[in-house]
Amino acid sequence: MAVVTRGFTGRGRREVDLPPGQYLTDDFPVLSAGPTPRISLDEWRFEVADGDGTRQAWSWPELLALPSEEITTDIHCVTKWSKRGTHWRGVSLDTLLSGVDSDVGYVMAHSYGGYTTNLPMADVRDGKAWVAYEYEGEPLAPEHGGPARLLVPHLYFWKSAKWVRGLRLMATDEPGFWESAGYHMYGDPWREQRYWGD
Amino acid sequence: MTGVPEWVDGNDIAGATRELFAVDLTVARGRCATCGREAMVAEAHVYDRAPGIVARCASCESVLLRLVRAPDRAWLDLRGLSYLEVPIPAPVAPAAMPVVA
Repeated sequence: MAVVTRGFTGRGRREVDLPPGQYLTDDFPVLSAGPTPRISLDEWRFEVADGDGTRQAWSWPELLALPSEEITTDIHCVTKWSKRGTHWRGVSLDTLLSGVDSDVGYVMAHSYGGYTTNLPMADVRDGKAWVAYEYEGEPLAPEHGGPARLLVPHLYFWKSAKWVRGLRLMATDEPGFWESAGYHMYGDPWREQRYWGD
Repeated sequence: MTGVPEWVDGNDIAGATRELFAVDLTVARGRCATCGREAMVAEAHVYDRAPGIVARCASCESVLLRLVRAPDRAWLDLRGLSYLEVPIPAPVAPAAMPVVA
């Protein structure tokens, strides 16, 4: 009798290249901790601020005038769905943070509606994070964070703050909305850092 | 003179908290720490399609309660409520024993 082996790949039949504990979905679930803010583009601002106040701010036309990039990436939600090959357009945070000293260790992303999430500065530089305003060739819909959201796809998607309105520079790490209620301060899906202590 | 300790350890609240969380919290009344509205928890606006459950004030939309559930743990944040008034059944007086003459 023939014996069928799995060969030497060692990983069995798990979905290829998915972080541990994740499953694939084709749709784009809408998750939200509060009401969807409706932000007029006339009033929209993105601000980089520190303890002394606003350092720099961009209006909507000013954001659109900055060099933009197309991003194709997988995204991973801490509620265990992952989505392959999503397409975005946005402005790299390298551009928006170009005037910020390299010794600033962390940022707190703030959103319209009050949501916050914390990120190490190293994770929002060097081509790893964007302020995204298009999804699949269309303006980003409000339920997905439009007019603009953070896109930090190498971390769980709660770090990609919807309705982003700015970044506050921080010398030390502080927890944001979910990080202060059990969720991991860093949130690396490949190390399955979902909750405190993971 | 032997002093009486000013505090006892957390085990002391075991009975009280078990009683509190064994009840249906949705019939409790709470006060929004932001706007002061007093309402039943059941009247809050709950967002549960999220990494956790978020209950918001029906008046000002401030966060009243957050509950995050991990497989083996849960986190409850009630800082948005300045109090919770929880109905608890009053003790029932034992029925008088019939006196048999």
